[in-house]
Amino acid sequence: MPDQNGNKPLITEKKISRRTLLGGAATAAVVLAQTASGKNFQAALTKSELHLIEEIEDPTKVPGVRPGTLGTRSPFEKPVKAPSDISSRTPLQDLFGTITPSDLHFERNHNGVPAIDPAKYELVIHGMVNRPMVFTLADLKRFPSVSRIAFLECSGNYRGSVDGKVTPQQICGLTSQSEWTGVKLSTLFREVGVSPKSTWFLAEGGDAAVMTRSVPIEKGWEDAIICYAQNGEAIRPEQGYPVRLFLPGWEGNINVKWLRRIELSDQPFQTRQETSKYTEAIGGGKIRQFSFTIDARSIITYPSYPQKVEKGWIEIRGIAWSGRGKVVRVEVSTDAGKTWKLAELQDPVMDKAHTAFRYLWNWNGQPTEILSRTVDETGYVQPFLKDLLAARGGNMGYHYNPVTAWYIQNDGQVLFKAT
Amino acid sequence: MFCQKVRLTQENMTKSTVLMAAVCLLFSISLTSLQSLTTAKNGGQADTLHYPKSFGFGRTATLKEIALLDTDVRPDGKGLPAGSGKVSEGKLVYAAKCSGCHGATGVEGPNDQLVTIKNPTDPKVKARNKTIGNYWPYGTTVFDYIKRAMPFNQPGSLTDQEVYNLTAFLLHENGLIKADDIINAKTLPKVVMPARDFFVPDDRRDGPEIR
Repeated sequence: MPDQNGNKPLITEKKISRRTLLGGAATAAVVLAQTASGKNFQAALTKSELHLIEEIEDPTKVPGVRPGTLGTRSPFEKPVKAPSDISSRTPLQDLFGTITPSDLHFERNHNGVPAIDPAKYELVIHGMVNRPMVFTLADLKRFPSVSRIAFLECSGNYRGSVDGKVTPQQICGLTSQSEWTGVKLSTLFREVGVSPKSTWFLAEGGDAAVMTRSVPIEKGWEDAIICYAQNGEAIRPEQGYPVRLFLPGWEGNINVKWLRRIELSDQPFQTRQETSKYTEAIGGGKIRQFSFTIDARSIITYPSYPQKVEKGWIEIRGIAWSGRGKVVRVEVSTDAGKTWKLAELQDPVMDKAHTAFRYLWNWNGQPTEILSRTVDETGYVQPFLKDLLAARGGNMGYHYNPVTAWYIQNDGQVLFKAT
Repeated sequence: MFCQKVRLTQENMTKSTVLMAAVCLLFSISLTSLQSLTTAKNGGQADTLHYPKSFGFGRTATLKEIALLDTDVRPDGKGLPAGSGKVSEGKLVYAAKCSGCHGATGVEGPNDQLVTIKNPTDPKVKARNKTIGNYWPYGTTVFDYIKRAMPFNQPGSLTDQEVYNLTAFLLHENGLIKADDIINAKTLPKVVMPARDFFVPDDRRDGPEIR
């Protein structure tokens, strides 16, 4: 029978009752029936439950599920983010290509995800402008739009491990990629008449942290987007619904989510986030501030921990990206860095975007290390961890983008190794 | 890297349009390269050259609605409200509303340490020792941040008076002002913050250098 949303359940009542004879199987069937509308599809099915679903019928002998109002992820596929109190990381090792499914986009917030009514949403732009203005969400959508595929990465996106048991998600899962759509900030700048004397603007969020960051005005004119959509639909709440600032290639924190206010100024505001938070010690008693750009980086996502590989042909796969422009090259080493070979880049290679790379390798079964490093169009070469540490007086911190190595044991087990 | 302050005049709009049209007719293959050249020159605004001066979407903001949102405080003190704060009063507010997360003396946590421990030897304490006294370059940020985001479980609930008192208390606990100093819109921007001298702008550049 159709449910309240008009969707037909996956399994008929008759079948459910038949399954009840099988005890545990009933659980699986009920779960499926409840999720036919596509909601809560990641309901936790155990391995044995999945096995029972597989056994239910020969799918060629029973009519399948009728069209629904929402698409679903196969219950056999359960990629999940890895949450902490303050962030949740993208499962890079489970993904293909370069677009991050929106529900797997990493999250970082400073006091939770706010609930904002789009009908009440307003963006205020004021300060050094001819005319301070208020834009509703509908107003923003009326302006000429722009879409762009680009990565977004938190600047605090490197974690190592002593025992090697870390996944790409744990090492650098605070990077994701989407197609972002919105109105160019330059269009709004012209609408309000930004003063030529203005040199910075404040971006403020409407979350419980009332997040604020100062942005140099040049970035606002160059390529900033006031985004209301992500991957073809409204931005997800975790990504700033209904509107966020997007600054291609710049550290995640400054891409202020739940954007409610922009104030034009002739100096930075020196907010908490840009002074005592997203700054990094670089040796010699110095602390680097306003370090916006994400340096070039790559990581092999297959093979990676916790996978185990077999002797023979392996397509080494990964992603590379740079906040300075396009990736021009990815080099892969399969002999612990002694020699390097060019990986293939998947077209189209886009500016400030995750770029997929691959390298075909015939593993002889001997223990070795595989690594990747990328070079961007400015000639920046992704450094080893030891080189970064040396350049920054031994300090760890934000903007760590080291080459990541994977050690492959003779039994095929893959483990992380610091460089 | 940036092409800032591109003021779009009617003149360059027309020139560009004519040029584009000509290229289109004669060498349509070259259009892409011309566009990318224009994009580079105009900082990503080439495709907006034909926009009208104003779309007429949105409305004028009232001073009242701006004032409701505009609580930010700049290092020069712009944005600080009327009123003033005392260390002794701040101590009481701190004990009631802050100590639960930041510890009895601003050191213990569990959340961010606010007060500097002099010469810690324990590496764990040393690593945690990133405080208002040694890592915040501007006193004004203390007021701005407490007012907008604290207490964590009741953000934005403090009065200006409470925020001034807390700011005075925390600056004093870090040895930056005297016990009887008053913190207000005039005195706060003048508080000397030791961390100020450590901060340098981003020195990374395009190219191969590792920094």
